[in-house]
Amino acid sequence: MATTAQFRTCPDTGFRIHLAADKLIKWNAVTAVVFLLVGGLFGLLVALTRWPAVHLLPADLFYLALTAHGLDVLLVWIIFFEIAVLYFACSILLNSRLAAPKVAWLAYWLMLVGAVMTNIAVLRGDSSVMFTSYVPMQAAPDFYLGIILFAVGALFACFVFFGTLVIAKQEKTYEGSVPLVTFGALTAAIIAVFTIAAGAIILVPTLFWSLGYISNIDTLMYKVVWWGMGHSSQQINVAAHIAVWYALAAILFGAKPLSEKVSRGAFLLYILFLQLASAHHLLVEPGLAAEYKIFNTSYALYLAVLASMIHGLTVPGSIEAAQRKKGLTKGLYEWLRKAPWSNPSFSGLALSIIMFGFLGGISGVMMGTEQLNLITHNTTYVPGHFHATVVTGTTLAFMALAYWLVPVLWQRELVLPGLAKWQPYLFGIGMGLVSLFLMGAGTLGVPRRHWDMAFSDAAITHDFPAAAFLMMGLNGVAALIATLGGVIFILNMVGTILWGKKKEAAPAPQAAPEPQPAAAAGAYGGAGTMAVPGTFVLALVFLAAFVLYYFVNWKYLASVWGLS
Amino acid sequence: MAEQEPGATGTTGPAAGSGGQGEEPIPFMQQVLDSPFLLLFIGVTMPTVFYILWGVINITSIPLAN
Repeated sequence: MATTAQFRTCPDTGFRIHLAADKLIKWNAVTAVVFLLVGGLFGLLVALTRWPAVHLLPADLFYLALTAHGLDVLLVWIIFFEIAVLYFACSILLNSRLAAPKVAWLAYWLMLVGAVMTNIAVLRGDSSVMFTSYVPMQAAPDFYLGIILFAVGALFACFVFFGTLVIAKQEKTYEGSVPLVTFGALTAAIIAVFTIAAGAIILVPTLFWSLGYISNIDTLMYKVVWWGMGHSSQQINVAAHIAVWYALAAILFGAKPLSEKVSRGAFLLYILFLQLASAHHLLVEPGLAAEYKIFNTSYALYLAVLASMIHGLTVPGSIEAAQRKKGLTKGLYEWLRKAPWSNPSFSGLALSIIMFGFLGGISGVMMGTEQLNLITHNTTYVPGHFHATVVTGTTLAFMALAYWLVPVLWQRELVLPGLAKWQPYLFGIGMGLVSLFLMGAGTLGVPRRHWDMAFSDAAITHDFPAAAFLMMGLNGVAALIATLGGVIFILNMVGTILWGKKKEAAPAPQAAPEPQPAAAAGAYGGAGTMAVPGTFVLALVFLAAFVLYYFVNWKYLASVWGLS
Repeated sequence: MAEQEPGATGTTGPAAGSGGQGEEPIPFMQQVLDSPFLLLFIGVTMPTVFYILWGVINITSIPLAN
């Protein structure tokens, strides 16, 4: 392994890796995985409690577990891993040193201290206010302070990302425009800055309210500003995991986007419109004008959806173009049949694209329509939707990247390669089923965030159809399957880092090394072809499913909302 | 198969204007997309105006109950 004063050259990929960035990426990624384990186990407790036949936890512990689950997986796991992705995209892909590593370490420690502080507050039992922490429910001051510290740390990490872009430009470590993967990471960082600013605007006064210095926080004002953080933080995920899709397509196949300009334009649509989708949480709030709701959730959101559909077309399209270039041209799908389905980086990528689009994307557009939202608002349909986007979309994409990134950064072989082949299927299909069953139960009216759907000790009861109970039971079974997949992933990652067999150092090359497929992730330029018939057929299947599901829900709305 | 789109430059491609035909002007949209801090400004301003400020104006316009 060639090492200069500050850089090493990766023998697998040929990337020149800044040692400070290397260490920071490792620490952020490992910390992310630890919080995935903690948050995932809390999620299992939630699913087993909502399984009517099991009903595991008492009410107080259920809300504690639900709060910890939401915070640890929706914020902590995801954002730690996203910081690792940002450093990878700005430093390694641009062949640049990382700006201000000391600030990056300060960011890391602020995030870690904040995450631990908030977890302690929740585990103490006096801050079971759930992820949304809607006022007037009040948590302990350290709950809010922990989130604020975490957010400030993440903001510093974004500054390091922007600083590295400046350094790379000044030091001419790349020519022209940044690669598409870095541009996707830039989109995520921009959304992150808005997200953190919105969080600070609302959580700082809420902290003072919990300390007794402010007498009242307006509930609707809280919701509007809080969702600027709460939903936008999930839009960081979308931008980051789509950057990861492009990176994996390049790494695994040497694939280039069908059109670099169109893909870049789609990221621009995210920068402009994606964050406005936060308003879909407010569609049933009185006090907000219909114009506000409809502009933000329909007109603007649809432009962001258009961007997602572009990415959903161009990532598999770029893989098809790369495979066809290698001679896999028989019929519509030889390129797909002969894809490396036993490589967890590919199977994770493929399942992430399919389930993010079919489950998360379509359900998101349905819920974002003001009228249709009335059918499913505050039901389990909502967690069903975001388990499809954040878990089968983002988490699965990050897992797929980790299967490539961890052996490359640590120069170790996977400890459980046989199980790794099955892991994306177990986790992805398990979580896909969780999403489907939650959405199914939600369509039948089962409320989200509720400890007991049987209302057994309630003064006013309600009988849900038997199918709803069945779906919540099946949700529990699917959560067990997904947990098994999650545990295999964590065992593989931790085991590889601690005990993985060291890769043998490659001999120094005598001649200029061959360009590695991974180098395509750091390149600019499209595939220069639109001859991807298999992908276009898949896109038409997607559009047919989209249109059908959308109009089925209008029909359903008509049946639940009689006008006579 | 074209590897590089017209007007585009990048890590693996030639710098803008190379190719022996004089300096090509960089298209306006590419200049915008190559400006991270302009994009940051746009990306923060849009949701601040259309989502947060508009929402806050809506809420502050609600008449107080007597």
